[in-house]
Amino acid sequence: MSDSHHEESFWRKYIFSIDHKTIGIQYGITALLFLFFGFSLMMVMRWQLAFPDQAVPIFGGLIKWLADLNGFASDGNLPSDLYNVFGAMHGTIMIFLGVVPLVVGAFGNYIVPLQIGAPDMAFPKLNMASYWVYFIGGVIMLVSFFLPGGAANSGWTSYPPLSNIATTGQTYWLIGMVFLITSSLLGSINIIVTIIQLRVPGLTWMRLPFFVWSQFVTSFLLVLAFPPLEAAGILQLMDRVFDTSFFLPSGLVVGGEVLDVSGGGSPLLWQHLFWFLAHPEVYVLILPGMGVIAEIIANNTRKPIWGYKSLVYSVVFLGFMSFLVWAHHMFMTGMGQGMSIFFQTTTMIISVPSVIILSCFMLSLWGGSIRFNTPMLFALGWIPMFGIGGLTGLPLGLSTPDIHLHDTYYVIGHFHYIVAPGTIFAIFAGIYYWFPKMTGKRLDEMLGKIHFFFSFIFMNGIFWPMLIQGLAGVSRRLADGGESYAHAQETLHLNEFMSYSAWLLAVAQIPFIINIIRTLLRKKDAVPDPNPWRATTIEWTDTSSPPMGHGNFEKVPTVYRGPYEYSVPGDSADFTPQTKK
Amino acid sequence: MEIPYNVQVREDTGVYNSKLGIWLFLASEVMLFGGLFSAYILLRTGAPVWPPIGEHGSIAHLLTETIPHATFNTVILILSSVTMVMAWVSLKMKDLSKFRLYLGTTIVCALIFLVVKYFEYSHKIHEGFVPSHDTYMALYFTLTGLHGLHIIGGIIVLAYFFGPGIKMWGTEPERFTNRIEIIGLYWHFVDLVWIFLFPILYLLN
Repeated sequence: MSDSHHEESFWRKYIFSIDHKTIGIQYGITALLFLFFGFSLMMVMRWQLAFPDQAVPIFGGLIKWLADLNGFASDGNLPSDLYNVFGAMHGTIMIFLGVVPLVVGAFGNYIVPLQIGAPDMAFPKLNMASYWVYFIGGVIMLVSFFLPGGAANSGWTSYPPLSNIATTGQTYWLIGMVFLITSSLLGSINIIVTIIQLRVPGLTWMRLPFFVWSQFVTSFLLVLAFPPLEAAGILQLMDRVFDTSFFLPSGLVVGGEVLDVSGGGSPLLWQHLFWFLAHPEVYVLILPGMGVIAEIIANNTRKPIWGYKSLVYSVVFLGFMSFLVWAHHMFMTGMGQGMSIFFQTTTMIISVPSVIILSCFMLSLWGGSIRFNTPMLFALGWIPMFGIGGLTGLPLGLSTPDIHLHDTYYVIGHFHYIVAPGTIFAIFAGIYYWFPKMTGKRLDEMLGKIHFFFSFIFMNGIFWPMLIQGLAGVSRRLADGGESYAHAQETLHLNEFMSYSAWLLAVAQIPFIINIIRTLLRKKDAVPDPNPWRATTIEWTDTSSPPMGHGNFEKVPTVYRGPYEYSVPGDSADFTPQTKK
Repeated sequence: MEIPYNVQVREDTGVYNSKLGIWLFLASEVMLFGGLFSAYILLRTGAPVWPPIGEHGSIAHLLTETIPHATFNTVILILSSVTMVMAWVSLKMKDLSKFRLYLGTTIVCALIFLVVKYFEYSHKIHEGFVPSHDTYMALYFTLTGLHGLHIIGGIIVLAYFFGPGIKMWGTEPERFTNRIEIIGLYWHFVDLVWIFLFPILYLLN
């Protein structure tokens, strides 16, 4: 089936490619750049939080230039208006342009067809389209930084009425989101159809690698949860462009005057539609990460993953339940006791499958002969980090403690533990693990370990103090980090520590970047090992030397066994490929 | 390189790829319109009177006048759905001229629908009932506007199959028939959305 000898033009091969592997790498590079950009915004914000109103070193000139362009006053410091812009765009970029495209667009695209033995995604042209629609969405978001009034500044949640009366940047945000949502929809439909239709003979549902299961559930979440946000986005666009009042109540006073609109709308409507997406979205961020971790743990403990079936049932149940918990973000809106009780109950229920998954991963370590290579270190680091993220979520899911904790730094600490050390560690683990698949060359272990240990330390240095500040009652989204609030004074000194951790985290990424560049430049072995990790799944065992040509497999593999048959008694090797009879 | 089950049905799942794809797409569309319908329910239950009274009073009287137009449009859309199925069946019976006739009728019906809609829109706007007049008008224009965009999108694809797209019949008849089945599923969905829009926007006031 491989037609790698067929010559394709440069444009067809690298830019408008319909090969899922190239598209996966396109997604990966673009999303990593956006991830870095979103992180840079945060590093500037952390300067403002640690040293309020002082000029930003090195980048002060750039900040001043941007502030002048947006019409804000700045002497090289980060003015509070621009702080709001950076805050809103940090969230938007990290989630919609960074992490989702990485875990679904890059990993899903590259790995899923290979793990199920498919020649490509089910709809290759659609796949290309979804990347380019994502690209356009990203460009719209970036362009909005240069508008008068700056980019969107109402938080990544864009709550009305604030977002309704915000500057033009918000309109760009909405249009950009429509593109990003469309891209995700096309991409996830493609993944679902690929998994259902293109599995090779013998690859039954209970023989699928857990990574494929996690992508399958994630894609369903994207297909079903994103459209209500699209609906909400359309309504907000109507409000902003055609002066309707979907989210504006009657008699709203803005700047001392009653707003000249018909009224009759409801700001709560936005919150319901938004969180109906945004809660499943949390699982979109974390489930593929869990999938990556499962692959790596099974491979590096050299034994089957503990409780494969429980993992599968848990992930499906998680996906289903994630549609029934959204209003636990809204306990403080006054939506009523009955609603709060319902949603805190469902929230407690949804924590059960997450705990099952985490327990399965920990029990998998028991009695394994563990190889402590870089992917495994990231996977092992992931377990307690995700654990902290999950456990700190429980008090937020109960309406009573949420009264104290709502909108404080505790919330920020909680969800960053899930998505920053959680998802991003899984992404790093996945990059180290599948890099030999993409290039035929393994990344350097020493640099990888330096990258892991320093990232691990500094991640905690950023997010643990947030929990302390939050418990003290410091609100999120304050441009001075709480300096002007009496109750924040005692925890104010932590700001500097967190900021230094953030900048050092950036420094800790240098070994990673050097590692990638060095390995790419290194000469490839004459015949690279197609299965350097001694893994069992099809993408490693049934291929010739990487990189694979367009069309993937030379001949269609047939599967005879489950995904994690390591150390099977009686077998000469300590791994038994899925395709072995 | 050939993607498996592009045209042929996969035995254990019972579908070919794009049929599964369109059903998933329609599921996402259900959620899109579902979000908008829930906005309708929330805003309507929160309003003291429905349709709300704005600068130019209430739209209620104007709505009663337009019920016949909307009913006509409903009939036209249902008719277009029927001819859509007939077009697909004609292909199954390998009758290309009948296919052309039925597909053409479907496109004409869709265009008639849009023309009627245009007169409805301009009449309402002329009387001052613009989207910003009250929440009913906002919902009316958003819901019917989005539905209208779906109709326009459908017309473009149908016109393609009526025109240049028909060439595929000569080379891959089975694949072409599948394509018509898929656009047909989409078209029935767009029809179904109108079946919900018609009562909630025109009748239940």
